[in-house]
Amino acid sequence: MMKKMVLRRIAIGFATLVVVSIIVFLMTSVLPGDVAQIILGQSATPETLAALRKELGMDQPGYVRYFQWLGNMATGDLGISKAGGATIESLISGRLGNTMVMSGLVAAISIPISIALGLWAAMHPGALLDRIVTFGTLSLISVPEFFIATILVLILAVELHWLPATTYLTGDETFLEFFKAMAMPLITLVIVVSAQMIRMTRAGILNVMSSPYIEMAILKGVPRRRIILRHAFFNAIGPIVNVIALNLAYLVSGVVVVETIFSYPGLAKLMIDGVQTRDLPLVQACAMIFCGAYVILILMADVASIMSNPRLRNPK
Amino acid sequence: MTENPELAEESSMPEKDILAEIDAVDELPTAPPKRRVRLSWLGKASAAIVALWLVICLIGPSIAPFHEMDIDGDDGFMGYHTNEYGTFYLGTDYLGRDTLSRVIYGARNTIGISLASTLLAYLIGITLGILAAVKGGWIDMGISRVNDAILSLPTIMLGLIAIAWLGSSIPVLVGTASIIYASSVFRIARALGQDIMVQDFVEAAKARGEGVWWVIRSEVLPNAAMPLATDFGLRLVFVVLFISSLSFLGLGVQPPAADWGSMVRENLQGLPYGSYAAIWPALAIATFTIPINLIVDDISAKSGGSLASKMV
Amino acid sequence: MQKEKLVEVKDLKINAKNDDGDVIPIVKGVSFDIHKGEVVALIGESGSGKTTISLASLAYTKPGLYFAGGELLVDGEDMLKAEPLRTREIRGSKVAYLAQSAAATFNPAITIGEQVTESAVLHGLLSQNEADKRAVELYHALELPDPERIGFRYPHQVSGGQLQRLMAAMALCGKPDLMVLDEPTTALDVTTQIEVLKAFKKVIHEENSAAIYVTHDLAVVAQIADYIVVLYGGEVMEQGNADEIINNPGHVYTQRLMAAVRPKPQAGLGSSVGVEHEREIPAIRITDMTAGYGGIVNGEPKIPILRDVNVSVKNGHVVGVIGESGCGKSTLARVMAGLLPQARGTVELDAVELDGDLRNRKLEELQKIQFVFQMADTALNPKQVIGDIIGRPLEFYHGLKGKQKHAKVVEILEMVELPADFASRYPMELSGGQKQRVNMARSLAANPEVMLCDEVTSALDSIVGANVIKLLTALRDKTGVSFVFISHDLSTVASFADEIVVLYAGRVVEQGPTDEVLTPPYHPYTRLLISSVPELRLGWLEDTMQKREMSVGIAKDVEITSVGCPFFNRCPIGIEGACEKQNPPVRDLSSGHQITCHRTIEELEAVEFEVQKALASQNADEALV
Repeated sequence: MMKKMVLRRIAIGFATLVVVSIIVFLMTSVLPGDVAQIILGQSATPETLAALRKELGMDQPGYVRYFQWLGNMATGDLGISKAGGATIESLISGRLGNTMVMSGLVAAISIPISIALGLWAAMHPGALLDRIVTFGTLSLISVPEFFIATILVLILAVELHWLPATTYLTGDETFLEFFKAMAMPLITLVIVVSAQMIRMTRAGILNVMSSPYIEMAILKGVPRRRIILRHAFFNAIGPIVNVIALNLAYLVSGVVVVETIFSYPGLAKLMIDGVQTRDLPLVQACAMIFCGAYVILILMADVASIMSNPRLRNPK
Repeated sequence: MTENPELAEESSMPEKDILAEIDAVDELPTAPPKRRVRLSWLGKASAAIVALWLVICLIGPSIAPFHEMDIDGDDGFMGYHTNEYGTFYLGTDYLGRDTLSRVIYGARNTIGISLASTLLAYLIGITLGILAAVKGGWIDMGISRVNDAILSLPTIMLGLIAIAWLGSSIPVLVGTASIIYASSVFRIARALGQDIMVQDFVEAAKARGEGVWWVIRSEVLPNAAMPLATDFGLRLVFVVLFISSLSFLGLGVQPPAADWGSMVRENLQGLPYGSYAAIWPALAIATFTIPINLIVDDISAKSGGSLASKMV
Repeated sequence: MQKEKLVEVKDLKINAKNDDGDVIPIVKGVSFDIHKGEVVALIGESGSGKTTISLASLAYTKPGLYFAGGELLVDGEDMLKAEPLRTREIRGSKVAYLAQSAAATFNPAITIGEQVTESAVLHGLLSQNEADKRAVELYHALELPDPERIGFRYPHQVSGGQLQRLMAAMALCGKPDLMVLDEPTTALDVTTQIEVLKAFKKVIHEENSAAIYVTHDLAVVAQIADYIVVLYGGEVMEQGNADEIINNPGHVYTQRLMAAVRPKPQAGLGSSVGVEHEREIPAIRITDMTAGYGGIVNGEPKIPILRDVNVSVKNGHVVGVIGESGCGKSTLARVMAGLLPQARGTVELDAVELDGDLRNRKLEELQKIQFVFQMADTALNPKQVIGDIIGRPLEFYHGLKGKQKHAKVVEILEMVELPADFASRYPMELSGGQKQRVNMARSLAANPEVMLCDEVTSALDSIVGANVIKLLTALRDKTGVSFVFISHDLSTVASFADEIVVLYAGRVVEQGPTDEVLTPPYHPYTRLLISSVPELRLGWLEDTMQKREMSVGIAKDVEITSVGCPFFNRCPIGIEGACEKQNPPVRDLSSGHQITCHRTIEELEAVEFEVQKALASQNADEALV
């Protein structure tokens, strides 16, 4: 039964990817601006334009181009950036590395903090620290990232001069320099992501807390810590893992604002530039990476919550 | 157990009364009083703040000391000061415009656009979500996959592409935001709809032979209304954040019109020089969104927490 | 002999505080004692405060309640004043709790063994090793299958009756002085209940633990309690030794409760049916029907529930469908209503074949068959007022509107004995019994020919349930509506139905006129059912267990089989090689009475004779001793 459910999730994930590819292809093909025009500039004659379009395969019908594109993507050929002429892979690889480093660091810091704080808050509902955590995280998820970033710049860079306000990575910094450069966006993202995860961890646990088996545990004289860690947590793993996955997906794809504020050279920023320069292959490749990451992360979360369910793990 | 003193003790209620009570109501009355929405003082204060912002949206231009586009200040990035045109309570922005007036005018754009987008997102999301829940099968499968795909795309990227395609204007912003957020409304509406569809009272309506539309209108929607209303607040906050972020990136409301997100962006350069012109609009956003979330929290709280308080 | 007092409850008061800050007294000054090794039953209906009182002995109140006065001494220590940390020490070691629904109170994510031993180990009473050993001993004592390994399983992997017994092991593991049993057998089927009751009684006796037994079921109390406290509205109506209360109830409320206990199912209980509503053709008839879930392949459902069922309901008659949970009784009603299209067979209304899917049925056909759902709480839309709920079928089937509709709504409310002003109330403002009446009123409003009642009294208190049955009887006589009355409670069915269909694992094992079904010869399963219904008599449990051990083995899980007799694995007179391999033949007795069994009628009669003879000789032996 478990195998069947996992397979079903994988099938759904795959179907989502196919739909995504169609949407990405359609969306990017409606973007205005003729790539041939951009490459050749304003002075191009209609004849050279037509020739280039033909060369790029743009005179073919839409579905043919879609399948060609899909085939190329599947074989790892992401195409050539139409604005600069470099391969998309070379453009992406460096940025992808930066994004992965940032996401990895943020995740490594925020996931343990969030789960620990979320569990602690759930263990002492109504206590002063719980109320502070609840109100604090609620406030943090209610304000835009640029607000948090702005305040941090104001405090850490402008007032205290501890950290630089922007990030410039050249690739040959010392570790300390590297860390200093990364610190601002890192702190911002840790705050943004943790607030979300703390809330959901706490809510996930408290949701389970109304179950009769929790009351039974209380009536058995089980101490608070054990009730939360052994009785409640194992039944709340599904939703908690799901929120972690969503936040990781966000770290890969959604950090445009933070990357912009701190000029951090990540993937999201690259894609924004791609949209503005009408660099379709670049936008398509980035979009597919983002969606791929999202689908895989959600899939992993689903599988994890299926595995954590003893009913599915141990059939009758 | 031979003698028990309590055996003699009789209840304070005469036997006849008890029988009369049983016969009168058939059983012990368990009917609870009707539940009302009850707000804590924090919730009430939050509601007042949100209401204040909504009023400012409506009558903003008539109470603002300056027009949003008038460059009346003595200079850019100045603090509190007074000149021959009037008093600049929150100082001036990078062009020397009154920050307070621009915050007041900006409320109209930011809240108005967000509200319109959220309403539209609800219209689309609920319609499709309930439809998918009621119809099931291939209709559900189809809509759900497209929906998953939209959810898997980063929101800012979707907004960006739409704006790159159609140019930035208020209708484009509203349309884009509503489609993006309709996908999360769809998920909630569908889940709620599915929960309600398996309830016995829906089964009873089906057994009676009721049509789909009657079931939706009379059984599903009234029961989904309250949870959806709670969710509306959360969704509105997300849309405000989305619109502000787009504006912050320079893709939302276009200058010189005032909008909280773009105001932060315009005035960011003043921050190192001690100008708070970027901070005020950011605070405006916070004072609108935080109270909304507080109200939502207040309404939906109380579940689960009560047993937790019994832990030792 | 005066035993030592373990628990003293003195003028215990517990209040509730609602959101408005209003104080509502729940327990209004209750006093009683419990001696060591004694089982005290708290009996009362919902709202009597019985659970609240029992939880107070664990120094616990449900959220929203608080102790308002009095004392509750366990070993001289007042539970009402215990410090929080002290309460943790007491719970699970000195006083242990056993809840109503084991399925909900076992944590689904933790193995049974860990949960059983958890409390004893946490309190430092036993090491993990000792606790594991003790658990296995208790599994043996509670007659659980595979006692060495059942602890390694997860709660969803064992049956409800086993879980309930495992819960007893959980409570007993730390050798508590006092056990609190809160309706521990209410959610179980009768044949399971008797096994669990027997196991409880045995371990309570062996462990010499005192117990508070909370229940609404007097017949169960009679089997297990030494002392009875009768509660109503948070007050003690009467208390005394079990035999005094059972044999000579003093208070009118106790008498009322006893009157609501349905008598042992036997012939002659059902009220006679008038013939004025009868017609040549049956109101509803099901022929050779097979149904189930998960899609149909070659006329065979993926998950079959019912197999080859034949049922016919005459006009103005009541057919009771009886069987244990999972036997397919609700499915039968769902097929009749068209909610679940059958895989094979036919459904006829007034001798006209109906489509299996209600969406293809005519409006008039839908109107004639009405379904009454089990839980009025969920069957009534909480957002509609009663007037709209009852008015909808009037409008939908009969086109009534405005004043006419309202007048009819009032008329129907009167029929179900509810006041007219209820029309403007919401379901939440009604009590459980009132909601159930509205639930039936909605079906009545359609003016049906057949009403399908699915466990309509199961969720109600006994007095309320008895009144609902009275109402149904009156409605049948007045309107001539036919009823299909589904219940797991044989006594209720026996008192209301004039025909009975006994279902086991999706098959009809016996059917016929009530009086015939309830007199020998019985199908072995019918016999098991009848003997499992507790009687309001001290010593019934012991008597029955003797009889039962001769007639059936230990209850096993129900197996749904496609070939052979499904009851074979529990049948005391099964014929190996025949019963499990071939479908049993339908044996016709007099006047429509049918038994589906490999044994002949003569053999079944002989079995009955043997049982009686054995019992008689046993009684004679005992008399000699």
